[in-house]
Amino acid sequence: MAEKVLKKGNEVIALAAIRCGCDGYFGYPITPQSEVMETLMEEKPWETTGMVVLQAESETSSINMLYGGASCGKKVMTSSSSPGLSLMCEGLSYLAGAELPCLVVNVVRGGPGLGTIQPAQSDYFQATKGGGHGDYHLIVLAPSSVQEMNDFVDLGFALAFKYRNPAMILADGIVGQMMEKVELSPLKPRWTDAEIQQIAGDWATTGKTTDRPMHIITSLALDADVAERFNEKLIKKYNEIRTKEVRFETIRCDDADYLLVAYGAMARICQETVAMARAAGLKIGLLRPITLFPYPTAELQRLAPQLKGILSVELSAGQMIEDIRLAVEGRTPVKHYGRLGGMVPDPGQVLDALKQRFSL
Amino acid sequence: MKEEIIIAGFGGQGVLSMGKILAYSGIMQDMEVTWMPSYGPEMRGGTANVTVVLSSDRISSPIVNKCDTAIILNQQSLDKFENIIKPGGLLLYDPNGITHPPTRTDIHICKIEAAEEAAHIGNAKAYNMIVLGAYLKKRPIVQLENVIKGLKKSIPERHHKLIPMNEQAIERGMEAVIDVS
Repeated sequence: MAEKVLKKGNEVIALAAIRCGCDGYFGYPITPQSEVMETLMEEKPWETTGMVVLQAESETSSINMLYGGASCGKKVMTSSSSPGLSLMCEGLSYLAGAELPCLVVNVVRGGPGLGTIQPAQSDYFQATKGGGHGDYHLIVLAPSSVQEMNDFVDLGFALAFKYRNPAMILADGIVGQMMEKVELSPLKPRWTDAEIQQIAGDWATTGKTTDRPMHIITSLALDADVAERFNEKLIKKYNEIRTKEVRFETIRCDDADYLLVAYGAMARICQETVAMARAAGLKIGLLRPITLFPYPTAELQRLAPQLKGILSVELSAGQMIEDIRLAVEGRTPVKHYGRLGGMVPDPGQVLDALKQRFSL
Repeated sequence: MKEEIIIAGFGGQGVLSMGKILAYSGIMQDMEVTWMPSYGPEMRGGTANVTVVLSSDRISSPIVNKCDTAIILNQQSLDKFENIIKPGGLLLYDPNGITHPPTRTDIHICKIEAAEEAAHIGNAKAYNMIVLGAYLKKRPIVQLENVIKGLKKSIPERHHKLIPMNEQAIERGMEAVIDVS
């Protein structure tokens, strides 16, 4: 077993990128995720694996550098925090429209606008429902530990390439800034040109040879008929992702009367709430969505009949609650508890909110 | 076993690095650990705090509402954290600069004249290791040998020559801690 080290979530994103054979990182610093690029600059992977690390002049520029790198079949990534992600949304729509794989990390801080540098989860809508224009989805992974910050870099790239779709790690200021024990992934070499040919040879612009037609990377389809067929193809892909890629964790749900639903750092806090509630004789469970798109809709539907109530616990004014309500279709009362602007509740406050919302 | 510790003081006192060394010591003793710093605007105002959780089991919340131990190195932090210590918990503080000493009667209170001791040793940077030593004397949850291993992991190799000095500072803190109540 590999050695366990003590690292910040942000540092681990950088180390995992190098170790999973990432070809290029393009970013622009912003709190609370600046350690990602700082760690990459300290590690100097260009001297070892050959990975490119570049500070772009803006977030708009970094996301478009991803478009270029991904077009060549390279494993490319960026990271930012909320205001930076807003600047990237046009690029994300284009990447999704051109069916390009890449990894984007958002270490969310409070908004709107410049907001605060403290942790939040108020970019759920932006991550799962678009952000950019058009009918597209990102594959969204929500780590709740530093270990998952490590694991989801490799997983994010794997899913991005499997479906030719941008993947996002939706973290928050807590998971980014917190240090925990982590087992780093073993070092994988970057793909060789031959491997890229094998993995992305049927679409990537790897240099045209005489034995195949041109590969054109574009999201433009002026002909409405062509554009509709392309959108239908995307929908088919998203439905396949919905069928095959849902990931979640359940804690003490089997006999639960009430269910907390929380992701990321908030799920860690809610885990303690579950322990406190159980100690007080309340049958509370926790559903932690690990993928936010695709959402664990079927699991919620399975649990709904046994539940007297569901509390969506988010560091937002109530965003994920919409997906919970859509899943249970009115069969179970769904309430919301959230703190805003960078405030983080402790496990006891979550329990108080649960009791208050459901008169327990 | 689970110990939730808040360390709080001024920026530059080594609050965050003390927490990191303590967390690494826990790893060396095969414990689960979390280290959650304050990184908000208060840091820019000069105060710094970190929550460290050491546990024999998987740790759920890195954010705590009550702590077992508070290590307090300035008045603002004492005002902020004295009341979140669990009854029967430990408050360890440096009286230097404290104008309003703690008043709780349901907790164990100890003090360490760490600034003075650091001046004695002739190394102001040993300050946080003296405090760490005082803490470990009162709560021997990690063995000294694991703390030294944790130190080696926490500081760059080029500074490893300073480890004996840090070890001395920890031992000095262990000797100099005083029970208040």
